[in-house]
Amino acid sequence: MSKDKEKLFSKQNRALLTDPLDDNNPITVQVLGICSALAITVKLEPAVVMTLSVIFVMGSSNMIISILRDIIPTRIRIIVQLVVIASLVAIVDQFLKAYAYDVSKQLSIFIGLIITNCIVMGRLEAFALGNGVWKSFLDGVGNALGYGWILIVVAFIRELFGSGELFGVPVIPQFIYDLGYTDNGLMLLSPMALIVVGVYIWIQRYFNRKLIEKD
Amino acid sequence: MNRDSNRHTYIFAGVMVIAIAFVLSFTSESLKDLKADNIKKEKMQNILSAVGINVTRDQSGDLYNQYIIDELSLTNIGEIDTSVSAFNINLALEIKKDINTQRFPLYIANVDDNRYYIIPLRGNGLWNAIWGYIALKGDRNTIKGVSFDHQAETAGLGAEITEDWFMNSFIDEKILNNDGDFVGVGVTKTNNDPENTDKDDNEVDAISGATITGDGVSDMIKERLENYLQFFNNIANE
Repeated sequence: MSKDKEKLFSKQNRALLTDPLDDNNPITVQVLGICSALAITVKLEPAVVMTLSVIFVMGSSNMIISILRDIIPTRIRIIVQLVVIASLVAIVDQFLKAYAYDVSKQLSIFIGLIITNCIVMGRLEAFALGNGVWKSFLDGVGNALGYGWILIVVAFIRELFGSGELFGVPVIPQFIYDLGYTDNGLMLLSPMALIVVGVYIWIQRYFNRKLIEKD
Repeated sequence: MNRDSNRHTYIFAGVMVIAIAFVLSFTSESLKDLKADNIKKEKMQNILSAVGINVTRDQSGDLYNQYIIDELSLTNIGEIDTSVSAFNINLALEIKKDINTQRFPLYIANVDDNRYYIIPLRGNGLWNAIWGYIALKGDRNTIKGVSFDHQAETAGLGAEITEDWFMNSFIDEKILNNDGDFVGVGVTKTNNDPENTDKDDNEVDAISGATITGDGVSDMIKERLENYLQFFNNIANE
């Protein structure tokens, strides 16, 4: 099968989307992007908006770098990658300020910090510079989904046990509080995000044996 | 084409920078009005919420005109400067000026025939600026309400200063102590009143894990309010 006849969603291309969700997850397997995973997972809403923003930034930046991959001067390629990422992030920031003002305030500096998210530049350097546009787009979106999936799982656990809410709506019934249950304030502190991610890695490796390193 | 030649590198960098500058300034310009409108309405919304009127951002324009009866620009000796529009004072820039040339905005609200004095605040939190509004009742001592906001405090910790439970703890606190001297309101971890039932102690309970943001709140209340005391004395003596 020649390359240009490959279907849009061939098995190989689907793997680009699904691998980062589990087998090659940027946070739990490659251990990238931990910093923002700690910072914005106190509540679900910012985590979801962050996920959408990262999907946009990674999909587009991977595409742009892939289009330009044959004319980017090798010596300044890191600068070019940074400029592309930073511009896309600035655009996301502007749109959030105009159309989703409240969420943009909650995320405050973390939208800007997408620029420093190791996953974004990692994918540009490792994948987009050497692959076609469509594949690069899928790879960017896939990795962003893998990143976002962990954000949402961690935010779900932290918001539920830390504030007793999901998306800001109280979900733990009053009678449980009357029985003596209290929200765990520790969940709101950043170190707990690391512990939740650690527990996730533990569970993930229990079910996905091929992730376990052989001695 | 040799993509690693100096010539190519310079041309590529030049074209890229110009193209991106164009895209970014185009985005920024085309969204400018929406962003400015959000900021203006949010300011009105925050001023109203300091006196306990909670409105959506879309309604805030109409209700602002209904309730706010006066906007004054004061000097630090309590005189009114009519040449400056109080609403347009950008506190972030104003606060950097010399205290004698600064103008201090004061909003006067009339809600159900009660008069309230609303004073904008600005100071520093842990990461960046924090600001807000504090509304005093007619006695110019008891707090009617506050609204706080911040640039970049930590979500779940310092950012909690914008939550109702924290802002409500200021209601009915006094800015003068029992001898009538100005002390402001302290955000403190050591008061023996975590339920905040004592409204004469000039203190509210702090947020765990947000000491520096809390200190910032105490400081900005003290620093900003101090400049209005002369004006309040003047009206009291009239």
